[in-house]
Amino acid sequence: MATLIDLAETPVRELNQALHTPSTATWRILNPRGAHAVACGIREDLAVEVEGHVGYYCAGMNQHATVTVHGNAGTGVAENMMSGTVRVRGNASQSAGATAHGGLLVIDGDAAARCGISMKGVDIVVGGNVGHMSAFMGQAGRLVVCGDAGDALGDSLYEARIYVRGTVKSLGADCVEKEMRPEHHAELAELLKAAERDEDPADFRRYGSARELYHFDVDNTAAY
Amino acid sequence: MCGIVGLHLREPALEPRLGELLTAMLGQVVERGPDSAGVAVYGDPRLSPPGRAAVSLLGVTPADAEAALPGTTAVAADVTTVVHADLSVAALLAAVADALPRATVIGSGTDMAVLKGTGNPVELAESFGLANVTGWQGVGHTRMATESAVTPEGAHPFSVGPGQCLVHNGSFANHATIRRELRAQGVEFDSENDSEVGARFVAHQLSEGADPEKALRLLCERFDGFYTLLVSTSDSFAIVRDAIACKPALVAETDAWVAMASEYRALDVLPGIENARIFEPEPEEVYVWRR
Repeated sequence: MATLIDLAETPVRELNQALHTPSTATWRILNPRGAHAVACGIREDLAVEVEGHVGYYCAGMNQHATVTVHGNAGTGVAENMMSGTVRVRGNASQSAGATAHGGLLVIDGDAAARCGISMKGVDIVVGGNVGHMSAFMGQAGRLVVCGDAGDALGDSLYEARIYVRGTVKSLGADCVEKEMRPEHHAELAELLKAAERDEDPADFRRYGSARELYHFDVDNTAAY
Repeated sequence: MCGIVGLHLREPALEPRLGELLTAMLGQVVERGPDSAGVAVYGDPRLSPPGRAAVSLLGVTPADAEAALPGTTAVAADVTTVVHADLSVAALLAAVADALPRATVIGSGTDMAVLKGTGNPVELAESFGLANVTGWQGVGHTRMATESAVTPEGAHPFSVGPGQCLVHNGSFANHATIRRELRAQGVEFDSENDSEVGARFVAHQLSEGADPEKALRLLCERFDGFYTLLVSTSDSFAIVRDAIACKPALVAETDAWVAMASEYRALDVLPGIENARIFEPEPEEVYVWRR
């Protein structure tokens, strides 16, 4: 039996406190109406369904829980997520999955600019397009884009891996296309399956860091 | 931060509710800019009666304005006084400059009034009587000041050409350079505010014959910094964001209205939002809706 919380009556702070000491494993949240910080800081294996559009930082810092937003998400959905699954049925605004360390973020629609900025181990699967500077300074984890990517994809990338099915408007500094080897097809197939998507891994290209920005180059000695 | 809301009505049956809807939208972006606020409303018969010129002023009471300008009617809205008269806009502005040299003109036109003040935006909306305003278009702004002082003059919108209005979330980096260039071309400024430079630049381009789309394209070429701008005229409603697009913007559109806000929660108050087409404006792309 799901616990029903109507944000038209209950403040977000009370909702989050209840989710931090949960009495049940399943939750249904009504009338988010663009509220910020809905379902943040959960530390247990809960299933949380949010019925509507949410504002900034939904499901931030998530651990273990599965949070599904039946609508759009504002800036920074699943920012700093550690584990669990966050799924946005609609579109996500900028900085989706920012700095997230683990878990799976699925966005069925489009993600705006800077999707996966500074990602540190999270897996992100976007059904539609991503905006400019996605995976900016990504350190670890995988970003899968089933649609197109905007300008400066993977700018200043460290070790995150990027798969794009559609077009890439431009690559950022130190981001290059790389060969799709069997292990990449295999991990991409797993990610698409986890995200409940049916795209063919053979249709994707892989992008990653050329590793020239963050390694010292002796030719640059004079610059120091 | 700063919060922006704007509503451009397509369905005339909603015009009696313009102020009520704009008040509800403004109330959702208070945390984004709690120090001051302002609105521009197009088509309210009390503030800008048809066939008359209306000039919005700071620094003068309605009684003093009517005494100094015989034949005019003055309407109070918090610290703003809106004066209207059976004159051309240019003639009323000239009369104001002559009789009330210490008043600051914050808006002028035949169908627009600008209301500004400092303090909590919800209390200001109440003080403006915003909920009772009617018309076809309105824009509002809640300000978190970064580049100049918290004063009614520093609140947005900046309206420096007839019926024109600009609200800005962000900060321009090269405003001093552009202000100097515009001053050299004879453009006068009221403040050291960066957003005023944007408004003067757009007004200057419009006066040179550019349409809103071209004026905003030129602004993108010339201005450095962060901006989401909502620019309105008596017959248009336009949006542009800088190339980085870190300042938020969301547009919702139905057959009855077009609305823009910094956050979704300000759009959620609108009738029919559940069936609206909702999207984020792309960076450096100019969006214009016409009446």
